[in-house]
Amino acid sequence: MADAGVYLYGVAQDLAPDVLRDLTGVAGVPVRAVADGGFTALVSTVDLEEFGETALRRNLESLQWLEATARAHHDVVDAVARTAPTAPVRIATVYRDDDRVRELLRERREELTEVLGRVVGRVEWGVKAYGTAEAAPEPPGAGDGADERPGMAYLRRRRLERQSREEASRRLAEQAQEIHATLSEYAVASRQHPPQDPRLSGHEGTMILNVAYLLDQDRAETLAAAADDLAARLPGVRIELTGPWPAYSFTELDATS
Amino acid sequence: MSVGEDVERAVAVRQDPRVPPSERVALVDLLDRLLAGGVVIAGDVVISIAEIDLVRVSLRALITTVREEYDDILPH
Repeated sequence: MADAGVYLYGVAQDLAPDVLRDLTGVAGVPVRAVADGGFTALVSTVDLEEFGETALRRNLESLQWLEATARAHHDVVDAVARTAPTAPVRIATVYRDDDRVRELLRERREELTEVLGRVVGRVEWGVKAYGTAEAAPEPPGAGDGADERPGMAYLRRRRLERQSREEASRRLAEQAQEIHATLSEYAVASRQHPPQDPRLSGHEGTMILNVAYLLDQDRAETLAAAADDLAARLPGVRIELTGPWPAYSFTELDATS
Repeated sequence: MSVGEDVERAVAVRQDPRVPPSERVALVDLLDRLLAGGVVIAGDVVISIAEIDLVRVSLRALITTVREEYDDILPH
């Protein structure tokens, strides 16, 4: 490979070397370790024809490329995170060579220790909640104004519709808040993601919550039971759990400096 | 289907070594995490990917692609 770069998936702590054996990464290339002082950077050698700056700008606009790369990146992080505390790195982080990665491990030692300490023995679960903004029942008296002038009836109907919409969105916000408040009890940390675009997720109804919770590993069942309770109690609300995820949403460190 | 059953199923599937983990994962959930989560480290001189607004770029790509698929399906 004439122009090669080093793609970084994440950093693990105290990783057994054989975990990376047989792992395939982005672009179908093997995954290897760059280790320094107890930290292992998970890397692959990649072709800059595909992973250089110009190529990345173009490739990230291709759904097919993005999906293949995202899934490959995730498979590596996920396999490793099951065996050792792992801080995933954002997709498409590429270095010049192994020395630069080793330098990173050394420079960021303190922050990595802190981040990995936060996620050890813990997993991320995603919770998405959907509400239905179904029309409120027609208020009594509406529409029976037989002696009312048409213009007045129209205005009154519009006002009632607006009130009903406002009422529905207030109810959805309250439901979201209640779900989050309840489920937070089971988590050591949480992070809100923006609601997903229904064109991408294909969901029905209104996504009222898209949160990641960081849990102690053994609390998933409790969280799921609590989510079931909430869904049964709150009218029109559907709750979906995804996970366990590597702690993607909880490994942020301000390392852009 | 209850959430509890979802979790049981998810855990069972994920413990099955024959199923690659990513096959259980919806792309949109993955992108929530891979584009907005994870450690953000300034890339090397090779690229400065942190400067690219990944979420915007990628979602635009996604939406465009999805629309194209719809356009293909829908009668003209």
